Amino acid sequence: MKCQKCKKNTADTHIKRVINGEFEEYHLCSECAKEMGYTNVFSNLAEGFASDFNSLFGSFFENALPARTQATRCETCGTTYNDIARTGMMGCADCYDVFADRILPTIRRVHGNTTHCGKNSSNNKSKKVEEKSEDVKTSELENLKAELDKAIKNQEFEKAAVLRDKIKEKEDNNE
Amino acid sequence: MSNVIMQTRIRLARNLKKYPFPCRLNTALKNEVAEEIIKAVKNSNSPLANELDVLYVKDLTEPQRISLVEQHLASPEFVSDSAGRALIISKDRTMSIMINEEDHIRLQILKKGFDLDNAYDIADKLDTLLDENLDFAFDEKLGYLTQCPTNLGTGMRASVMLHLPALKSSKAIGRIAGNLSKLGLTIRGAYGEGSEPQGAMYQLSNQVTLGISEKSAIENLKNIAEQLVNQELQAQKRMCESLETQDSILRSLGILKTAKLITCKESLELLSNVRFGITGGVIKDVDIETVDTLINDVQPATMIVNKKEKIPPHERDILRAEILNSRLN
Repeated sequence: MKCQKCKKNTADTHIKRVINGEFEEYHLCSECAKEMGYTNVFSNLAEGFASDFNSLFGSFFENALPARTQATRCETCGTTYNDIARTGMMGCADCYDVFADRILPTIRRVHGNTTHCGKNSSNNKSKKVEEKSEDVKTSELENLKAELDKAIKNQEFEKAAVLRDKIKEKEDNNE
Repeated sequence: MSNVIMQTRIRLARNLKKYPFPCRLNTALKNEVAEEIIKAVKNSNSPLANELDVLYVKDLTEPQRISLVEQHLASPEFVSDSAGRALIISKDRTMSIMINEEDHIRLQILKKGFDLDNAYDIADKLDTLLDENLDFAFDEKLGYLTQCPTNLGTGMRASVMLHLPALKSSKAIGRIAGNLSKLGLTIRGAYGEGSEPQGAMYQLSNQVTLGISEKSAIENLKNIAEQLVNQELQAQKRMCESLETQDSILRSLGILKTAKLITCKESLELLSNVRFGITGGVIKDVDIETVDTLINDVQPATMIVNKKEKIPPHERDILRAEILNSRLN
């Protein structure tokens, strides 16, 4: 088999990786592998293979993720990104922070967006009293959107047009 | 409406900020989390505080564990492992908290019939009271933080249990299920993830929890549930006009009234037909409550728990037939 990078030499280095639970494998020649930081990759194996691999090969493979934060392990609970990719489970609340840039694309894929809307925990509210007016605005917007959906479902198009304008006005104000 | 919608359920996932999620806890820490939550519930000013039982999974027999699953009070996953797991449950069985299942807290409100707003209201109040005594893991952007990212945001799963015999027999369910995922909803067999629909009972629930408020998710679920109910009722009306359907419904009732040996699976299928007969107007002398109670009471582990002794499968089939004969005659 030829090296997948230079497409000339025989591939003698076999690389496997799992990103977001998806398995990928590559075959490279020793020269290309070395050029791409071959020794580095293996000396860092114990630290967490996938993440170092990302930063080394980030610009090489078209479908690879760009270089990411250096964190390979959550300090609080010891979970690595590999653990998360393997099990689909986060280790603790802090993991969401530590692995944020790698986990957000998956969250977006699952839910279609990445911003919470709805009930707030009271311990969060007390810390953020000054943002309360913001919350009220968001929930008003949310209510208007719900009314709009209802109007469309009931085929009340005149009402829907009025609601649509109100929503647009509110959204413009929020920005 | 409530004839097609058998049950309403609201579930909220919450975690304590200061502990890692259950997958990263050893038994000692899980026990610590459990005690903290139990204490917080007992000290809260909630209706659950005075009227609760605490069941430690390690103290339960296998039939007791399975019976909790049969009655939708615990998930199969929850009772499959006993380490550090406990169930707080109200005396009337409508409020419960699974501790250390996938998340530290899985609060559940279970109501008969179609009662989403009321069930959410109770869940919301209980959650707010717990929040006063427990520091929940919450992020302004991602909402309530959960062990599995699929529950992020509101952490709320709202669901209704539907009895859809006509849509099942006309094979419309498959087509409907495909379209539902586009609306952020999912439909599956009534006994949780990966289960085959038994007795035409399905669970319809919201799939998306991030970026949609509890109220909107519930409105969405209500709308779709109402549409499904209407489709089901229309299909039932059409089907019940045929002599073949009437025959199969009445034969089902006949078997349940007279059989001497009957398995759980067969009972559920036949009870489903009888239920269909009641909502479709073919059967008039049996009330739907009786059928719904029987659907619960013929489950194998629940039978053992109710009888308070071990019953081998063959004897269970005899006892099941006796229960069915006596309640339906």
